[in-house]
Amino acid sequence: MSELPGDLKFSKSHEWVRVNDDGTVTIGITDHAQEQLGDMVYVEVPEQGRELKAEEACAVVESVKAASDVYSPLAGVVVEANEELADSPEAVNQDAYGAGWLMKLKPASSDALNDLMDPVAYQAFIDAE
Amino acid sequence: MGNKTPLFETHKAMGARLVNFAGWEMPIHYGSQIEEHHTVRRDAGMFDVSHMTVVDLIGAQARPFLRHLLANNVDKLQDEGKALYSCMLNEQGGVIDDLIVYFMHESWFRLVVNSGTRDKDIDWIGTQAGPFAIDVIEQPELAMIAVQGPNARDKVLSVLDASVRQSVADLKLFFGVEHDDWFIARTGYTGEDGFEIMLPGAEAVAFWNALKDAGVEPCGLGCRDTLRLEAGMNLYGSDMDESVSPLVSGLGWTVALDPPERGFIGQAALTSERAAGVKQKFVGLVLEDKGVLRNHQKVVTGDGAQGEITSGSFSPTLGRSIALARVPANTGSNCHVEVRGKLLAARVVKPPFVRNGKVQIDLE
Repeated sequence: MSELPGDLKFSKSHEWVRVNDDGTVTIGITDHAQEQLGDMVYVEVPEQGRELKAEEACAVVESVKAASDVYSPLAGVVVEANEELADSPEAVNQDAYGAGWLMKLKPASSDALNDLMDPVAYQAFIDAE
Repeated sequence: MGNKTPLFETHKAMGARLVNFAGWEMPIHYGSQIEEHHTVRRDAGMFDVSHMTVVDLIGAQARPFLRHLLANNVDKLQDEGKALYSCMLNEQGGVIDDLIVYFMHESWFRLVVNSGTRDKDIDWIGTQAGPFAIDVIEQPELAMIAVQGPNARDKVLSVLDASVRQSVADLKLFFGVEHDDWFIARTGYTGEDGFEIMLPGAEAVAFWNALKDAGVEPCGLGCRDTLRLEAGMNLYGSDMDESVSPLVSGLGWTVALDPPERGFIGQAALTSERAAGVKQKFVGLVLEDKGVLRNHQKVVTGDGAQGEITSGSFSPTLGRSIALARVPANTGSNCHVEVRGKLLAARVVKPPFVRNGKVQIDLE
């Protein structure tokens, strides 16, 4: 198990959130999640401009084994989606916290971040699973 | 915790990700399912399939019993060691299980059946065997290792005992040979050449490690599924079960309706079904749009009729999604598949998709 990046927040459904300097947030699935799912073969990302509620299903990651929904950890508007995953879904396996990002969101409120777990809490959460 | 094969600790030590499969703790992969898939297509991989059920039928009436029990005709087995693939049907023509039967000698036939259907298979075989003078003997102490791929034969031969090497090297496709408590057959479930090897459980770890040292890579049941799908081979419980006949499951070629007087279980039902005209056909699909085909997705044909995907996944060899599907008999060369509310375009093809490392269908 690799170490969790310290600047991220985590959801119980295994998404990560990084706050960017411009006030947007970048969202992906955790390394733990990709490891559970196995080799990615297809990723469906949301359209730019789509308005998401917190915990709304907004993307689909498909491994050889199965299709899994990704839930938005925060409410907000999609400002960018990672279109490169269409040709390189394996980036989610190889670099879950980097090149494997799924989308950028302009969050409706920054307070919602407080409901998410920090790395220590998330590590304890997956250890208990 | 589920059942464990003699190789359980070895799998853990080799970094396997273990899952429950039909009550057994089995490796799904050792790191990357896709890389293991490619290893089998390009080199040699090995699978622990010790969860599968081996049943020996012993006695002078073994052959007459199998003539009655199986939809394929065991009289095709005239040479010792020869194997035959068959369905075992109920009276309605539904598939209880699919299996391989090996002709050991005239009073010994060996069946290999699925582990997920073990209990009902043993019950059914035991009940049907009643009037026949045979013994039904399960062999749970046997481990089974499948070694598959273009280099599988050479690598297996390199680790076999000299006393048996030549007879194994001489095996023709779909033949097996017995040696002491070992049984080595040139069969498999991947579309590649190779062997399925039954051996005493106590010898399994040493043999597995010897194969590893000879360059055979451990592979999980995950890639076994994508390999068999590319090879157009059916999976029991997904592609057929007791509710469907082999005639709508792409298995008509395994049903021997002649001679009519053989009277196997399910023969009358299949004869009627064929006479009335078989309503559905079993086809391969190649997804033209982006996405992944999955079991139970709805297939929509040109005139609005519907079918269903029975096995769907991503094909590592083709780099796109493929499926097996049961569709109306008049389905043409194109269809759509409903995926999360959208209709995606797919092409209808004749399986297999891949055999012996080579793509068998036209990709464009």
